[in-house]
Amino acid sequence: MGKTISEKIIGKHSGKEVKAGDFVIAEIDVAAVQDGTGPLTIDKMSEVNLIQAKNPKKTALFIDHAAPSPRKELSNAHKKLREFAKKTGSILSETGEGVCHQRLAEDFVAPGNILIGADSHTCMSGALGAFATGMGSTDVGIGIALGKAWLKVPETFKIEVAGEFGHNVGTKDLILNLIGKIGADGATYKALEFCGETIKNTDMASRFTLCNMAVEAGAKTGIIASDQTTKKYLAMRKREHDFKEIKADSDAIYEKIIKIDASKLKPTVSCPHTVDNTTEAAALNNIKIHQVFIGSCTNGRIEDLRIAASILKNKKRNFDTRLLISPASKDIFIQALQEGLIEIFVKAGASIVTPGCGPCVGVHAGILGDEEVCLSTQNRNFKGRMGNPKGLIYLSSPATAAYSAILGYIADPTNI
Amino acid sequence: MSIKKGTAWKFGDDISTDHIAPGRLFHLRTNLPELAKHVLEDARENFASEMKKGDFVAAGKNFGLGSSREHAPTIIKLSGISGVLAKSFARIFFRNSINIGLPLIECNTDLIEEKDEIEVDLKNGIVRNISSGVKIPIAPLPDIMIKILNEGGLIEHIKKHGDFQLL
Repeated sequence: MGKTISEKIIGKHSGKEVKAGDFVIAEIDVAAVQDGTGPLTIDKMSEVNLIQAKNPKKTALFIDHAAPSPRKELSNAHKKLREFAKKTGSILSETGEGVCHQRLAEDFVAPGNILIGADSHTCMSGALGAFATGMGSTDVGIGIALGKAWLKVPETFKIEVAGEFGHNVGTKDLILNLIGKIGADGATYKALEFCGETIKNTDMASRFTLCNMAVEAGAKTGIIASDQTTKKYLAMRKREHDFKEIKADSDAIYEKIIKIDASKLKPTVSCPHTVDNTTEAAALNNIKIHQVFIGSCTNGRIEDLRIAASILKNKKRNFDTRLLISPASKDIFIQALQEGLIEIFVKAGASIVTPGCGPCVGVHAGILGDEEVCLSTQNRNFKGRMGNPKGLIYLSSPATAAYSAILGYIADPTNI
Repeated sequence: MSIKKGTAWKFGDDISTDHIAPGRLFHLRTNLPELAKHVLEDARENFASEMKKGDFVAAGKNFGLGSSREHAPTIIKLSGISGVLAKSFARIFFRNSINIGLPLIECNTDLIEEKDEIEVDLKNGIVRNISSGVKIPIAPLPDIMIKILNEGGLIEHIKKHGDFQLL
């Protein structure tokens, strides 16, 4: 019987043939926490007297959610992560090195791996052909210490995409559209396997955006077969040796197959306060915006910044609209500097935020005022997400966000 | 698993981890008793001060969607809530709750009104709505999760066995 990508990877890590619905104890390859979930992870590990890392070089602690620290309590949390990393020989990713998911994809996760991370968007690394899923502090703490976790093998939805994207339309519009269709709980506990000619033709940045947001439909992971594009990406990260071909069997069993024609997609926006509350950007008339954020693990890659720069070049942000831009990692920041993108942004009136989670988590760097509206390229628009329950958050692609920043209201970028 | 009785507080669909443990209180994550004073604040103001120990949360679908923050179920438990009833739960929240020993009860919460007195009988898989007299069946948990819950959470399980002994 044919197997999905998830069944293949989980089977290999649990030493037996598995199928959707089975429960297993699986070996894990990479484990990660960040500064919001890491301190509790360490507390939990202390409770069982297991301050140890089974694979220290594949255990990573990221200081990204509140970096640089805006408060002494968070500075102390950061200290705790640094001490743990030293004690166990684990890897510490410091302030300014970037968002955990971007860093994990750049330097840690390989096709065929299992990654567990104490952050819900851990599913992003599934774009490399890995099984990557978010868990809480206790699960990840035990995973770090013992090198394993219990898993239920998920059923899979096959998301088959054909057709070419229109001008200034991309995978962010695709994933928002899909979540709008199936709902914020439309794929609870499932794996979303993205495939089809459109996916084959997209770059890694676009694939990461898709898998990053799988959890916004409730999914356990987003996953994409590894191919020559994956190989090229790993080679660029000087990790060509990590490449392995991972794909589903042609007779794999899927719970559902959803077909999408990319050529029919329009720039899509999620309206407050749920990600599945979607509409077309063109349908939103006169939504005045006070802040635009371009960045995050969802859309802070060099390809995203290039799109934003192509729209913002020699233009200015609207006088009443603040513009915040954050490259998702240090290496992306350096590349954006070398390509002159940062200069374009600053001249357009943008503030550059340290690579990290920035305003997306509502801790610092761009907290909204009461009744203020933000258009963001991040993945979540829940009430209170950007630090104020009285703020209103809309989600879009980098192209829609950049164009809207110039106009001061939400607008469709397809005709520019 | 004893029978627990308490008052139900109603919540809607899609109550996120940001409603339960808001990001603006990120700095309180290392001070859980203080964070618990704000539990569910962005869904219902003053909830923490109005609820009583032993009460239940009764919500709609997809409770706990969003972040992996285990602080969310932890502060619900710390505040004294006996359990969360909902039509469905988001995956990571579900796992986290069982790991820390917060009972989750998947059932038809349309049959529960605000301030109804309810009795949750996990052993027999039934919620009895004392106010209305209606009995509501509970969707069973997977065996692996019942094991974890019965041992008081994953940490207690590992303490006891030194490894996973779940299958």
